[in-house]
Amino acid sequence: MSVTLNHYLFASGILFAIGFSGVLLRRNILTIFMCLELMLNAANLSLVAFSRFNVSPTGLPNYNAQILVFFIITVAAAEVAVGLAIIVSLFRARQTTHVEDVNSLKF
Amino acid sequence: MSPFLFWFFALLMLGFGVSVVINRNPVASALSLVASFLCLAALFVGLNAFFIAVIQVLVYAGAVMVLFLFIIMLLDLRAEQRRRFNLVALGGGTLVTLGLVAELASVLNRFPLGRNPFPPLQGSAVDDVREVGMTLFSTHNLPFQITGVLILVATIGVVVLSKRELN
Repeated sequence: MSVTLNHYLFASGILFAIGFSGVLLRRNILTIFMCLELMLNAANLSLVAFSRFNVSPTGLPNYNAQILVFFIITVAAAEVAVGLAIIVSLFRARQTTHVEDVNSLKF
Repeated sequence: MSPFLFWFFALLMLGFGVSVVINRNPVASALSLVASFLCLAALFVGLNAFFIAVIQVLVYAGAVMVLFLFIIMLLDLRAEQRRRFNLVALGGGTLVTLGLVAELASVLNRFPLGRNPFPPLQGSAVDDVREVGMTLFSTHNLPFQITGVLILVATIGVVVLSKRELN
């Protein structure tokens, strides 16, 4: 049995679900951040799979999707830098990385 | 990509992904995340996206993970203690996740196009980087420059956030 597009899409969807469950279930803000990265990478996998599937008449993969993945990786790197800086300043103010300890705005 | 390699790397990637979620120690989570990203890069190579695979290893498994590990070291985190069990959150989270997977499976079952094998590529796949560069610098030149501004803003933001006091 050969590997088809659906295999890649399903692997990507499962990876997304794993990251999503981590965001919902975990209470450590650093782990939540790592699970967000997992979800971004799941989207990248499906984009690259579609890029390989959608071959142009000249026999090349669709490079526009790979450019989108490139931008996603760039933005994710910037996002990680800013997010971790926010976590560090949160830790300085509250001495905790537990989301349940930071609920002043909670109704 | 041969089916064996696909299954090997995909299952390894998902296994390490689960390990990110269930590990209580943040360092173990971060190292599992590196392993998961490396398996993902192998899947990218299998899809003939060599440039993206290299970028994935350099940026994610290199830069981003070093950043994560430094922050974990800086914050001096211990393993997360077992707190009182929030059954509503646990049940709700599991239910939403399982619903997502079930929905995905039913959608993919009704997607006959995806059951076709990947069409073959012509020409040498080696000039992958050249093709990506041509597309990036011609069709997508403006977004590329805007990304440069975005990185500048992120750099300034991080410096401002990390200062001890602003005055």
